[in-house]
Amino acid sequence: MKASNHLWKERLAGDIDEPLNREIDIFETEIDLRRQEKVDERLFAETRLRRGVYGQRYDNGQRHDGRVARSLEYPTANPTKGPNTLWDAPGMQRIKIPYGGLNGAQLEVMAELAEEYSDGIAHVTTRQDFQLHYVHMEDTPSLMRRLGAVGITTREACGNSVRNVTACPFSGVCPDEAFNVTPYAKALSRFLLGHPDCQNFGRKFKPAFSGCSQHACGLTSMHDLGAIAVTRRENGVEVRGFELYVGGGLGAVPYQAKLFDEFLLPEQLLPTAQAIARVFARLGEKKNRARARIKFLVHDLGIEKFKALVLEERDRLPEDPRWKQYLSEALAASGEESPQPAGDLSESGSPEYRQWLKTNVRPQKQTGFVVATITLPLGDITADQLRSLADIARRFTPDTVRTTVEQNVVLRWVRQCDLAELFQALESAQLARPGASNVVDVVACPGTDTCKLGISSSRGLAAELQHRLASKSAEMDQAIQDLHIKVSGCFNSCGQHHIADLGFYGVSRKVGGYAVPHFQVVLGGQWTQNAGSYGLPIVAIPSKNIPEVVSRLGERYVSDRNQGESFQDFIKRTGKLQVRKLLEDLAKVPGYETDRSNFSDWGDPREYSISDIGKGECAGEVVTAVEFDLAAAERQVFEAQVFAEEGDFQQAGETARGAMLHAARGLIKIEFLDVPDDRDEVVKEFRTRYFDTEKIFDPFAGPKFANYFFAAHRSSGNGHTPESSRRLIEEAQLFIEACHGCFNRMGLVPSAATA
Amino acid sequence: MEIQHVNLKLHLRHSGVVDLEPLIPIFHDWVREQSCEETLVDVADYRHVPAGPGILLVGHEADYSLDWSDNRLGVRYNRKARLGGANQDRFRQALRAVLTTCRKLEEDGRLEGKLGFESREFELGVNDRLLAPNNEETYASLSPEIGCFCDGLFGRNNYSATHQSDPRRRFSVLVQTPFPMDRSRLLNDLSP
Repeated sequence: MKASNHLWKERLAGDIDEPLNREIDIFETEIDLRRQEKVDERLFAETRLRRGVYGQRYDNGQRHDGRVARSLEYPTANPTKGPNTLWDAPGMQRIKIPYGGLNGAQLEVMAELAEEYSDGIAHVTTRQDFQLHYVHMEDTPSLMRRLGAVGITTREACGNSVRNVTACPFSGVCPDEAFNVTPYAKALSRFLLGHPDCQNFGRKFKPAFSGCSQHACGLTSMHDLGAIAVTRRENGVEVRGFELYVGGGLGAVPYQAKLFDEFLLPEQLLPTAQAIARVFARLGEKKNRARARIKFLVHDLGIEKFKALVLEERDRLPEDPRWKQYLSEALAASGEESPQPAGDLSESGSPEYRQWLKTNVRPQKQTGFVVATITLPLGDITADQLRSLADIARRFTPDTVRTTVEQNVVLRWVRQCDLAELFQALESAQLARPGASNVVDVVACPGTDTCKLGISSSRGLAAELQHRLASKSAEMDQAIQDLHIKVSGCFNSCGQHHIADLGFYGVSRKVGGYAVPHFQVVLGGQWTQNAGSYGLPIVAIPSKNIPEVVSRLGERYVSDRNQGESFQDFIKRTGKLQVRKLLEDLAKVPGYETDRSNFSDWGDPREYSISDIGKGECAGEVVTAVEFDLAAAERQVFEAQVFAEEGDFQQAGETARGAMLHAARGLIKIEFLDVPDDRDEVVKEFRTRYFDTEKIFDPFAGPKFANYFFAAHRSSGNGHTPESSRRLIEEAQLFIEACHGCFNRMGLVPSAATA
Repeated sequence: MEIQHVNLKLHLRHSGVVDLEPLIPIFHDWVREQSCEETLVDVADYRHVPAGPGILLVGHEADYSLDWSDNRLGVRYNRKARLGGANQDRFRQALRAVLTTCRKLEEDGRLEGKLGFESREFELGVNDRLLAPNNEETYASLSPEIGCFCDGLFGRNNYSATHQSDPRRRFSVLVQTPFPMDRSRLLNDLSP
């Protein structure tokens, strides 16, 4: 689209590493071939995804304007850039930032790209990447060349590949770390990038590093591959190693990673990762995307068998000199110490400065130096701010910043004596916002703003919560200030709602025949201990009532908590039943004709819809019965949670299974009122009427959720462990969501609502 | 020198805090009605970003926004797609788009007159660092074109044009007039 696109190649010749330059040339050729329709659209879609070129909301050319779905009339009808993805529709460019590390020159280029190809905003993601939105397909090669000229690649930022290798942003300066994991993350990222053994995965593969086990910064438990730095003494000498974990992940159903090796030597890191990749590529699911992440393979095989296969594979690998070379080169280049001596900290200053010191500055292990966090609202930063940040990084640090999984940026190696000046510089750039990593620092995925999968407006809600909480943050009890809020626009967990104190994920409900944006309230997640445990959904609340949910839970926590009790422990002690009771009235939605505010989402005045709402052919009574069944199924899932909370995992699992059956029966009743009670018959009818016809298929996840139901039925009679019952509860909730979605798509309006 | 991707921001007079929220439903209506020359795609809310794009109306060929960059409120037009004709035509098209936007917003009762559309200046830029790097050479090359454009709008000696020379920012020139612009007359003059 840019008139200069054909010029950048020549202009940057010689500035880009030749292999990367060649890759971008090839990608440009692939774009040309697709334009001539000489490449299949599916193949092209995966090709561009592996270059970080992602789809964006409405790229199928359909947009609901609050009244009806309308076609967006783009100039170019053909070709597509993937199935149901129009060529002209703007998309998202994801940019990998290994371990979140950037320098001033890279920040300046990011600013230029945000202005010239996007909307002037660069967005930091929960995996330390950058994303640019509203980018046009034709501009992507130029964008990649400009990034390549400053040493950044977008390769494998999306698609079924090894994604960004993330790492604790405090690595190397954290007082609690075993050792600096940065060089290891760097070496692994370099080694796996484009590696032939990583080109045939069924799904993506996300690695993460952490310098310690107790903090949250690395979130290793929720990653496909997690490495935590550990040391031990051997013959009086300290030896480095990694606690290595595999098979973690959030997504629709979260899995805690399993311990693969309690002390993996650094020289074994790269070959072990390669062997894991080979086993995953060979044995991982390929057809059913819903079960293609490595977490399913590890679960199905069991960690011991998986480990045995990996070690066997590792033994067979031909020696690769890069295993040692990349590590030694990364270790040699790992120094970023400030050459200047540190001075004393000045704590006197304005109230704003003192507040910022309190929430955004933490000491380094190197005496006299500190890390300062720049809190980015919803992870967004303007081009002008990026340029200011580049100047600040050069002036106050050894030209280095890191992005964080909380969508912020940290400045490392700041001298204590420079803090007052740094604050001034940040204030000038409007980057001195306090509240880093506390309750006002709400994390959110893109949600309905730009994501094709978004169900509710996660960013709209997050902005509203930030706005409300910031206005009263000074008076807040410290216990509230320390909470973490994370919001996802759907069940896919990009906002990491499972590991927040207060997590929310978007769902849709019909009220009186009209769709209402909701969020499931997820409580009990643990942010520390590298995402130590996952929360469970309690109840779905209309989007507009979520601020009141936060307010009520916060007040109850402050008034009822025991001395030093964490929010997670407080929720556990209170019990989900009581918590649900506390929120129950907020779940109610006044009728469409009484108050329409609930029928649109935060920051979006259009009447809410995730599909067209029309009249169906079924009798209203039948539809009412369906809604009743789905609500009953949800209640059963909640009861299952209560059983699990009480330690009765057998009952929890069976109740969750029953909930799925209840929801399935509800849908069947639309077509077959006399559906029998027999389980086998229900499953058979459901398969015939909803699965074989693909009515239950999620527009994006396909048959995934229906398969949860069938799998639950197949495993009837099996015992339940804490883990399996928990998983069944999650799956039951998602299956019920799928039933809601199916019902919504059928466009059935109850007679009561139209009366 | 052929330039594309004209980026023009008309600075607006305002006093104190301005709430941009009413812009959101208005822009959504514009998408519904496809009420601009361009194919309109969506609305993005960046009110949470200080000195950011504010409320953005995303189009295929161009974006419109009421933005706060440089902490100054203004109506911005950012041309993304190429446009035929001469440079003068592209300048005229961008200013016409901005002035039309002002007129439509001014006429929309939902803003309740909270936004003042009086203006004495606009920033005329090029959103492409390769076509128009922000340096003296570009300014020297484009200065006669910009002069010609502004002479036609305001008459010779009735305005000033100052190159915004920060080399890291996009090429732009700040055009200022001693009196508030007569937007109706300008729109009339700029009609194709």
